[in-house]
Parts: sequence; C-alpha cells; structure tokens
Amino acid sequence: MVASLAKRFGDLDIAEEAAAEAFATAVERWPADGVPPNPGAWLTTTANRKAIDRIRREHKRTDKQREALMLTDDSPPEPLGAIDDDRVRLIFTCCHPALAMEARMALTLRLVGGLTVPEIARGFLVSESTMGQRITRAKGKIAAAGIPYRVPSASDLPARITGVLAVLFLVFNEGYLATGPDTDPVRHDLTAEAIRLTRLIRELLPDDGEVAGLLALMLLTEARRPARVSAAGELVPLGEQDRDAWDAELIAEGHRLVRERLDSGAAPGRYQLLAAINAVHTDARDARDTDWSQVVALYDQLVRLDPSPIVALNRAIAVAELDGADVALAIIDRLTDALNGYHAFHATRAELLRRLERRAESRAAYDRAIALAGNTAETAYLSHRRDELG
Amino acid sequence: MQYLVSVIHDKTNSGTPEEARAIDEFNDRLRAGGHWVFAAGLAAPSTSTVIDGRGDEPVFTDGPFIESKEHMAGFWIIDAPDLDVALELMADGSKACNRRLEVRPILAVGA
Repeated sequence: MVASLAKRFGDLDIAEEAAAEAFATAVERWPADGVPPNPGAWLTTTANRKAIDRIRREHKRTDKQREALMLTDDSPPEPLGAIDDDRVRLIFTCCHPALAMEARMALTLRLVGGLTVPEIARGFLVSESTMGQRITRAKGKIAAAGIPYRVPSASDLPARITGVLAVLFLVFNEGYLATGPDTDPVRHDLTAEAIRLTRLIRELLPDDGEVAGLLALMLLTEARRPARVSAAGELVPLGEQDRDAWDAELIAEGHRLVRERLDSGAAPGRYQLLAAINAVHTDARDARDTDWSQVVALYDQLVRLDPSPIVALNRAIAVAELDGADVALAIIDRLTDALNGYHAFHATRAELLRRLERRAESRAAYDRAIALAGNTAETAYLSHRRDELG
Repeated sequence: MQYLVSVIHDKTNSGTPEEARAIDEFNDRLRAGGHWVFAAGLAAPSTSTVIDGRGDEPVFTDGPFIESKEHMAGFWIIDAPDLDVALELMADGSKACNRRLEVRPILAVGA
C-alpha cells in the first residue's frame, strides 16, 4: 500500500503516514461498524483520502500534476500486477546508488519490508535515533534530489540490480534470524517478502545468474525453516534438524535453479556459490552423508571472490567436519580481531572447544555468544548447550 | 527540476583544447535535448574576493573563503525531469570535461 501511495503522491512521508492513519481508523471503526466487504479496498481508499487531506493541510500542492492526481481518488483499486510493479519501482528507488549503502538497506527494510525503526536499528547495531535520522535524511534526499520511482533503463539495469540483491539478501537474513528480543525468532513475513521480491526481479531479468543464485539460496534456506526451531523454542543446528520436515518443493525448485546455473557454464558469483553450498547440504538425506569436501571446495571458490572474515568463519565450520575441530579452531582464532563483536564467531568457537573437551574455555565462549546474540531461539539454544557442559 | 552541476577541479593543469572541444559538443547535446540552462567556467580561486556586508560598512577580503585542494572550476545549470536523467547526462559531461562532477538539486522557487 505504501508503494502505490508513494507512486501516486510522489512523497514517501505522506504515503507512510496515510497508510498508518488508515490502519488506525480501521482499528477504531471496524469493531463498531463491522469489517467492510472488501477490507483491502477500504484501506486503500481511506489511505488515499488521508493522503489528500494531509497534502491539503500542509499546502504541499507544489505543482499542477500532483493536484490532478488528487482529483482521481475514486479510481478503482489497482490489479495485483500493478501493485507488484509499484513495489519493484519502490525497491529501485530505495536502492538508488545516489543514496549511501546503509541508507538503501534501511529504507528498503522500512518501506518495502515494513520493519520498524527499532528493528532496523538493531540489525545495523546503531541507536534508534541514529537510524531514525538516517531514514529521514534518505527520504529527504529522494524528494529533494528528484530520485524517480521507476525501473531503471536497460543500460543501467545490471549495475542497479547488484545493489538491489544485496538489500534483498539482508531483508531475508533479518527474517531468517530476527534480531528483536520480543519478535518471533523466525519472521516468515520477511523471508516470504524477500523471496517474493526476488522472484519479481527474476521476472525482470530471467538470464541474470546472480538473481537466480540469490533466489535459489533463499529457497534452499527457507526450505529448512520448519525444522529450524524446536518445540521448546530453541534454534536447531543444521546437523540435528529433522530432514523429513524440510519443504521438499522448495528444495526441488532451489536444486533446479542451481543445476540451471551449473549447466550455463558461466563463472558463478557469490550468491550462486552460496546456493550451491546449500544445495549440497539439502542433497544429503542424513547429516552424516553431507559431502563436506564439496562444501569446502565451494567455500574456497567463495573466499577468492569475497575474502571477508565472515566467509572465512563459515568455511572453517566446514573444515571442522572434514579435517577436525583443532584445524578449524586454529583458523578461527586468527579471525578474533575482526569478529570479536560477532555472536556467531563466539558460538562457533564454543562448539569447537566443546568438541575438543576444553570445557572452561567453551563455557566462556558460550557466555560471550549469549551476551551478543539477539535472536531469542539462538540464545535459548546457546544457553542449553552451555548448561550441558556441566 | 533544475540541478547545479559543479566541476570538481583537483589538478593543476587547466582545460586542454581536446577537453574544450568535447565540452562544446556535450553542450550542443544539452541544448538539443532541452536540458541546457546555463554553464560557465570559473577563474582560479586565488582571484576571488570575499564580501561581508552584514555590518555597517561592507568588508572585502582576499578569497577564497575555503582553502582546499579541490575547488569548483566551473558549473552547469541543467534542467532534467529527475535525478536519473541528470546523472545519465552528466556522466557524459564528466567524460567530456575530464573531471569529477557534483550534482545538486536547486530549490524550486516558492518551495
């Protein structure tokens, strides 16, 4: 709804506030008046009226065009396809290269993903006021600098897509390991939204390997969601998940995409490699059947593309399975300076130290990981593991 | 809307004849496309004078008002429907004058 209002009124603040006001009105009136026959259309119409009221109040009629748009508020609700198009346009606006990368991610999460400012602030490890200012400043620049709401021209598209994929991957990850202390550990609304938006981008660019790779990566990750949190609310690691609970349809689609990319013979990018790693995992009927040498080989390729310490950490987890916990621990300890503030670094160290029966050190590492982890199910799992040390 | 496009000058040599020709051709394109409003090159920052007319008597001092390695060597004012059009146009402008550019929206009158 924000997307179509933004397109119509050309102002993100007005769109957002009008949508929020419409929902507030619904909460007030529906219990007394009953839910209208078509709640979606009711909300859209109400939000349109609220937006027009606001524009009138604030005398924001700066041009004739906006006035003309305001007069058409009895137009029928747009068909679903048009709303999807609006979302794609809004994604390209939020991911515009004239905005700082951190602002692009924050805006997309706020306006396309619908996250709250505190949730986004937590995701980026900054204060709420900093994040609020960042979003306000970015919206101000979109309006003042004339950043358009539209899909870029064919010549600009490949470059613009890379930025969009990075943002969509972030939205997905926020959904898959939600960071809020009071939110569900896995936010299906966000992962589903990220997958939906990636599918839209793929329709736009069906031959782009990285778009297909990101979609495959999301599908193969999302497929494991039903087995990811135990009945007790603890995160279940990959090796201990009930593989019968995995979504076979999503896995089949993900594998199909990965095979399609392999058959293309083109050199894989980052998302295609991550998708291939996930394809190896989801190919094993039992965790013990995992082809770890294949996983490590794929991580070796990934390290050449992306020499970041987080990739090195994930590679070390696979090395532990292939060459033993001691070899992996030696690799991980070299990453301490870069990853000391990252909960997964300490969680991985704790697990390796546990396997090596260095209990006291393992316990200390679990304590660090628990202190840094933001996900409720992960905290529960880590606490459980720590307490098992006795 | 209109944009001020500043030419960021960070070298000591002045514009070459090739650059001047490329800029002329680029300006012709701007005019043909209806994007041209105004453009000019600027003399060296050392030739500038700072004015403070806020007191009883105006005070004039030798410029520039900001000492920096980079300065504005010239500018365009262009008309473009949105930032994407402005950026695409001025990417060619940057190539023509062989300098980095900064695109900044001009506030609409009455906004």
